[in-house]
Amino acid sequence: MANWPVLSVTTFLPLVGVLFLAMLRQDEAGARNARWVALWSTLVTFGVSLNLVWRFDPSSPEFQFVEKQPWLAGFGTYHMGVDGISLPLVILTTAIMPICIAASWRAIKLRVREYMIAFLVLETLMIGTFSALDLVLFYLFFEGGLIPMFLIIGVWGGPRRVYASFKFFLYTLAGSVLMLLAIMAMYWQSGTTDITVLLRHAFPRDMQPWLWFAFFASFAVKMPMWPVHTWLPDAHVEAPTAGSVVLAAILLKMGGYGFLRFSLPMFPVASHDFAPLVFALSVIAIIYTSLVALVQQDMKKLIAYSSVAHMGFVTMGIFAATAQGVAGGIFQMVSHGVVSAALFLCVGVVYDRMHSREISTYGGLVNRMPVYAAVFLLFTMANVGLPGTSGFVGEFMTLLGTFKVNITVATLATLGVILSACYALWLYRKVVLGKLEKPALAHITDMGWREIAIFTPLIVLTLWLGFYPKPVLDMSASSVTALLDNYQRALAPKSAALVK
Amino acid sequence: MYLAIVLLPLLGAILGAVIALAGARARFPGAEPSDDHHAPHADHGAHAAQAHADGGQDDHHGPVEPAAAGSRATEIITTSLLMIACVLAWIAFWKVGFGHQDERVRLFTWMISADLKVDWALRIDTLTAVMLVVVTTVSALVHLYSIGYMAEDPYRPRFFAYLSLFTFAMLALVTADNLAQMFFGWEGVGLASYLLIGFWYHKPEANAAAIKAFVVNRVGDFGFALGIFGVFMMTSSIDFDTIFAAAPSLTGKTIDFFGWRADALTLICLLLFMGAMGKSAQFLLHTWLPDAMEGPTPVSALIHAATMVTAGVFMVARLSPLFELAPNAAAFVTLIGATTAFFAATVGLVQNDIKRIVAYSTCSQLGYMFVAMGVGAYSVGMFHLFTHAFFKALLFLGSGSVIMAMHHEQDIRNMGGLRKKIPFTYWCMVIGTLALTGFPLTAGYFSKDAIIEAAYSGRNPFAIYAFVMTVIAAFMTAFYSWRLIYKTFHGAPHDQRHYDAAHESPLVILIPLGVLAVGSLGAGFAFKEFFAGHEVEHFFRESLKQGHIIDEMHHVPFIVAWLPTVMLALGWGLAAYMYLLHPEIAPRLARQHDALYRFLLNKWYVDELYNLIFVRPALWFGRVFWKGGDGYIIDGFGPDGVSARVLDITRNIVRLQTGYLYHYAFAMLIGAAALITWFMFSGAGVH
Repeated sequence: MANWPVLSVTTFLPLVGVLFLAMLRQDEAGARNARWVALWSTLVTFGVSLNLVWRFDPSSPEFQFVEKQPWLAGFGTYHMGVDGISLPLVILTTAIMPICIAASWRAIKLRVREYMIAFLVLETLMIGTFSALDLVLFYLFFEGGLIPMFLIIGVWGGPRRVYASFKFFLYTLAGSVLMLLAIMAMYWQSGTTDITVLLRHAFPRDMQPWLWFAFFASFAVKMPMWPVHTWLPDAHVEAPTAGSVVLAAILLKMGGYGFLRFSLPMFPVASHDFAPLVFALSVIAIIYTSLVALVQQDMKKLIAYSSVAHMGFVTMGIFAATAQGVAGGIFQMVSHGVVSAALFLCVGVVYDRMHSREISTYGGLVNRMPVYAAVFLLFTMANVGLPGTSGFVGEFMTLLGTFKVNITVATLATLGVILSACYALWLYRKVVLGKLEKPALAHITDMGWREIAIFTPLIVLTLWLGFYPKPVLDMSASSVTALLDNYQRALAPKSAALVK
Repeated sequence: MYLAIVLLPLLGAILGAVIALAGARARFPGAEPSDDHHAPHADHGAHAAQAHADGGQDDHHGPVEPAAAGSRATEIITTSLLMIACVLAWIAFWKVGFGHQDERVRLFTWMISADLKVDWALRIDTLTAVMLVVVTTVSALVHLYSIGYMAEDPYRPRFFAYLSLFTFAMLALVTADNLAQMFFGWEGVGLASYLLIGFWYHKPEANAAAIKAFVVNRVGDFGFALGIFGVFMMTSSIDFDTIFAAAPSLTGKTIDFFGWRADALTLICLLLFMGAMGKSAQFLLHTWLPDAMEGPTPVSALIHAATMVTAGVFMVARLSPLFELAPNAAAFVTLIGATTAFFAATVGLVQNDIKRIVAYSTCSQLGYMFVAMGVGAYSVGMFHLFTHAFFKALLFLGSGSVIMAMHHEQDIRNMGGLRKKIPFTYWCMVIGTLALTGFPLTAGYFSKDAIIEAAYSGRNPFAIYAFVMTVIAAFMTAFYSWRLIYKTFHGAPHDQRHYDAAHESPLVILIPLGVLAVGSLGAGFAFKEFFAGHEVEHFFRESLKQGHIIDEMHHVPFIVAWLPTVMLALGWGLAAYMYLLHPEIAPRLARQHDALYRFLLNKWYVDELYNLIFVRPALWFGRVFWKGGDGYIIDGFGPDGVSARVLDITRNIVRLQTGYLYHYAFAMLIGAAALITWFMFSGAGVH
């Protein structure tokens, strides 16, 4: 039993669900069954993925659960495996997906079956992205994820969904074309697409900047970093609630994962040289988007802009290339996955009731929705990084790690801590606090048990990771150490050369 | 036992929160949104009616809603848990302060990454024990008091849950064993403060004040966080023991901070002190404290007088091994403290809201404490913190009693003559005022005079400035405090209707007042040797740095020792003359010096200034970045422009309307084409 391919099973189990879904009829009963099939598929996937956690050896920096099969007649290899950097993100994915399905339970009424298929396919592609150990395979998963997301926004989205999905698509495409070029170039230079080999391969110094930029373009869009972030607010606004959740919680993490898997270890010299650029963009992202968030009138847009700011901490921490920076960056990705998911779900709760995302529609909800007010408060506080919530640990560690490297950057980024308090509390005040004056809100009901059940795991995770983040930090620790050791070693000759 | 002291309030908070949420849920049972959300169910009618009732309710004059279920249970649970914690804290105080049994309780790991190791741990030494006693005592009394004060409020379970949550966070702060845990408590009390200031969430001013408190504190926390990062950069640790051990080796090292080659310790201490300035409402970051008076009065007593606002003082005392090595930072502490003591006293002279007067007085007294910290008399600052907790809590709770008697009237111009109606409250307020103004043998007399003497004997460049400022502030303190007493309790009633209805408060309110009054009278005399006398070294041991200043203080000239008392007599006399004997003088003075009066009344226009230089530009930048940056430049030249071109091209060339998947394939094709081209050219070029 110990030898079953747990990683592949985790990755492709959602597709089994898709098979079941494909057999369902398209009527009311079929829609109901589709929901249950999707929910069970994601729950079982999550259960299976927990195997990875139990059997994972956190003391080893090596890839684990490795599976390798020749594929595509020698052109590519089916090569999968996880290490301490990817495993937290895999678990995040499998944990968030059942929540997405449950959150779509009532909100989606049209083409339920297709919707569920899109989500399950997306899950497979996302897990695949985080666990692929072959460049071609990675590219397929990475780009493939675009299609279901594109459909989710484009088919089940809001009124401006066409514009939003197009924008999403254009940005991501621009990046991915460059990445494809870089992948080809890497194959041509090194003769392999095996990531484990490439991680040890030293690319020529003059080639690194170009490869770095090509990957950077793609990952920066995904992240998203300033100034290629403008697709995100539109995509979030138009996407259905679960689409926003999956976008914020997982798809954005592909960018950060990419930096950690490719940019930093494969192009260390370029990463080092361009770190100031990343720092500058991160700091701009944090301050600029926080200021923009201050003046938003749409709840989802506000949270989307706050996402960009929070991702700025991730990029900053990763390129600080210190243990705390990188570990904090990984942690921040996990934490943001939980917290932003919950915040978009909070918007979803009132959107389902009032069909409006305008902040001005609301006010005084606490008078009718006390449980909602408490839940929203918790996640608002997690969003502003209050110690005791997971949001704090990530921000604190990335800033701590960056301060050692670049005081100016860390100081400017810390300003974001003030600004996040401004916009998050302002949003909370406008939506939840105050008197209930709007007649339309008089009949609004508090969260039902299904909704409470959706939030419960997120609440537990936020507090648990806030008080006891050690499991996640331990999981990634040795991989981070190995990554940084290699990074420093690759840079060493350079600084020696500089001395001469 | 120590763990119990910290966790009992947390238990109370959790139980309170559960009761509050369960009660609220019972009142507003949740439901999934119905598909047809415009047609309310039958039972929604009742809710709608209630909504209108809420709408008409714009302050807390009386209950419209029935009290939440479990109100009484929550009161009993949280208050008794706090009482137990309080008893335990006094035992701890005894064991640590006099039995010299310091302790460190390690709980579990918090954050760990390479050289960063942060534990959840309790550090119990004399400094902590003093704070434990202050926090749990005042908190227990305030819980008890709130049973009476909040009796008419429909949301008591929530209130008591918040109070206990605050107490937990404050205890976590004072028992912290490292900077990150202190930061946890630090922000935790900020959260509780935010929740309690905004407790009456239907009041817009309360919500605004709550956000202001949180954000201004965040500005301070910004400095605190940077200070922590700086400490970690220099010592690879944020553990108190480790950094104190490493601190001496840091002297002379520098940090390049925005082009300024700063002395490492000075910079770190200044940054950390920025956090203290925010939390303790020191000049420049003080603006939130007066507004915080929008919260219920027991909150003002607990958080905004006795405990939370003293966290900054505690922090400097805790970090005294660092400040001791950074004389420039210590001088800055003195400067800010002295300026605050003076500034807040001037503003306090002309305020008319009873709680705001006491709030500015708090601000001013915190300034005194920082003066002591700055000149190195850490134990003296802690002494004032200790005594101040009693008499300031007494003054706030007394004001609350007055406010209740006057049916939520807070303007002292509408009071007068209340002495006969609420004699117990009156005497308690007088005791509090005597202690605050430093009447001989009361608590404030020992601690405040000690600070002024310390400032006189201090060696840093601002010590004399601090001495002058604190002496002047002592005069003003006496004046505004007695002005408050005379306008409230003496003379003729200004609002006959309220006056006639005024009544003495119930026993649950009077008991805490009585206890605090005893503390205000006796705490100074009983503890003066331990905080400012010969027992200091024995009492605090390693928990504080102790210099020679305590000895020097005892040898100040006779005139300096008596100067504060002279100031008290002058201020008191002037107040009596102006408000008791010749009430017509004050308005005339205000008219004659209109500009000065307005300047003071508007609190030196600091709020307006901040609004002008921070708030409005931030919003302006936000709008410009959004519409201009994102909308016009990035989107205009980026996706919108490109997509317009792409659409043109695809329309013209392909004339296919297949939808978006098609475009994707199309673009992949372009990618592949470009790739092949690139292969052909660059492949040839490199070899």
